[in-house]
Amino acid sequence: MGSLIQVEDLTKVYRFGEVEVHALRGVSLSIERGEFVAIMGPSGSGKSTFMNILGFLDQPTRGQYLLEGINGERLSRDELADIRNKKIGFVFQGFNLLARTSALENVELPLIYARVSASRRKELARDALSKVRLAGREHHQPSQLSGGEQQRVAIARALVNEPSIILADEPTGNLDSKTSVEIMGIFQHLNRDLGITIIMITHEPDIALYAKRDIHFKDGVVVDDRENPSHISALEEGQA
Amino acid sequence: MTRLFASLRIALRALVVNKMRSALTMLGIIIGVSAVIAMIAVGSGAKARIEEQIASMGSNLLMVMSGSSVSGGFRFGAGTTPTLTVDDAKAIQTEIPGVKYVSGSVQGVAQIVYGNQNWSTVVTGAAPEILEIRGWSLSSGRPFTQQEMDGTAKVCILGKTVAESLFGAIDPIGQVVRIRKIPFLVVGVLSPKGQTTWGQDQDDLVFVPLTTGQKRLFGMAFPGMVRTISVQALGPEQLKTVEIQITDLLRQRHRIQPNQDNDFSVRNLTEVMSSAEQSANVMSLLLGSIASISLIVGGIGIMNIMLVSVTERTREIGIRMAVGAKGRDILLQFLIESLVLSLAGGILGIGIGMVGTVILSSFTQWPTLFSTEAILLAFLFSGSVGVFFGFYPARKASLLNPIDALRYE
Repeated sequence: MGSLIQVEDLTKVYRFGEVEVHALRGVSLSIERGEFVAIMGPSGSGKSTFMNILGFLDQPTRGQYLLEGINGERLSRDELADIRNKKIGFVFQGFNLLARTSALENVELPLIYARVSASRRKELARDALSKVRLAGREHHQPSQLSGGEQQRVAIARALVNEPSIILADEPTGNLDSKTSVEIMGIFQHLNRDLGITIIMITHEPDIALYAKRDIHFKDGVVVDDRENPSHISALEEGQA
Repeated sequence: MTRLFASLRIALRALVVNKMRSALTMLGIIIGVSAVIAMIAVGSGAKARIEEQIASMGSNLLMVMSGSSVSGGFRFGAGTTPTLTVDDAKAIQTEIPGVKYVSGSVQGVAQIVYGNQNWSTVVTGAAPEILEIRGWSLSSGRPFTQQEMDGTAKVCILGKTVAESLFGAIDPIGQVVRIRKIPFLVVGVLSPKGQTTWGQDQDDLVFVPLTTGQKRLFGMAFPGMVRTISVQALGPEQLKTVEIQITDLLRQRHRIQPNQDNDFSVRNLTEVMSSAEQSANVMSLLLGSIASISLIVGGIGIMNIMLVSVTERTREIGIRMAVGAKGRDILLQFLIESLVLSLAGGILGIGIGMVGTVILSSFTQWPTLFSTEAILLAFLFSGSVGVFFGFYPARKASLLNPIDALRYE
């Protein structure tokens, strides 16, 4: 078995009536287990399209994407949902938590669809919340939590199913810089101490510094891909 | 199971969050179901009353009435000419095989006196079998005997109403009443049958032996004349043949030429009543279907709200799909939501419908009847309305593209 993620000549073309938009024009790369990758690039560079394909939310027009050797090309909607459920954790810019639902229940959500029993769900969700240092906040609803805390709930939700990768789309986009560092601290902790592979989109260069590898997209192709020389460690604030 | 329970919780939460909207949506179903419950209760009440009527009239009953009289060009009603005799009754009994009991009868209105009480009622002179034929039972005392028939005995059996009016709390058995000033010994009191559908008191009557009625109370122009002959057939399937055979027999006995009209008429009362029952059936069907239309309108209300709900919660659907919800998970969630709405509406509607029916019948005195079947049917119907009208919005939700749903603002 090769790399965790193997991408070969990935191409995506959107059609809006007569107009064809080339979001990806042949991207090839591989990502190994345990990496922390930042994907950078201006808007329209194809990084979101790339993430959607990595997350089995979208299918490439051409090319091949293998996650742990699995090719999503010929899979049904239900099979894709299963892969997302078991192998991928999503963290979004807008948190995307269910309103009027406690932190614990939000974290339980992937487990419900994985058909985990109620008692086991509670246990796993509590565990995940303590990994993002939110133990004691289980019964707070999103509206009662700060932005940083909401994003940590979302991260707990992403890791509760023990996925192969966590995909984070602008995870700090809605947060102030202090909280952003806090979130990066969480990511680094998960990556370094728990060995979780993280792929993160960001357009903030100072956020990308927390990753170990930077990939730059422009006009649907990778223009730069290198180890982060000035990789920094977040001051892990708010540690219990 | 876990999945169903989880979906149920999700659905309940969504409904509780939008209390006002859920309540208004349910209102449509509540009105529909309560209308169905009330209408079926009224319809089956009327039907039950008619069935009761048929049973109290006596089963498999044929009435032979003496013919109409013609006087100066006017035709009077059936029974105005005495053409039937006791011998006709006997002939029917002996010559027609499908017959169980036969009784000729004479009738008249008479004043009955006991002590200082008096009461005017219909007195019927009939054979002892009349009690069997008309489905009467005795609450106390005994029927007439054949000896009393033969000996024109002055004995009588009182209906409940007559007994109560004359005797109050006293036991009438063994007392003597005067009918048209002639003393009669009370030998029996009938069990009550209550009112007919049209409000007539069936218990306001007195029976005396046929011979006594003929000879002592209603002096007949010819001896042995009777006004009507009541015939009970062995079973409902014999009714038609017996009716034809009676007609043939009486035409023959009365020497009626083939081109002449009958001087009597045979009425199949069960038939009359069952056509009344049929019209009651049609009525309840009609009422029920009109009520069902309002239930369907309620269902459209559910569909409307579910469509709004799906649109509003597009983002939520996107989140659920991103974390691994399959199409059928989303479908189930929204389907359960509409099912909960419609079933809760159904249960409330059944309650309100029953209360409404009780209030309605206390104002209008209409007979009403709740049946378990009707309640169960209304419940199941409201459930299927929920599934039927919830399916389209739920399916729409389940087919959303997760990327578009996540981006939806």
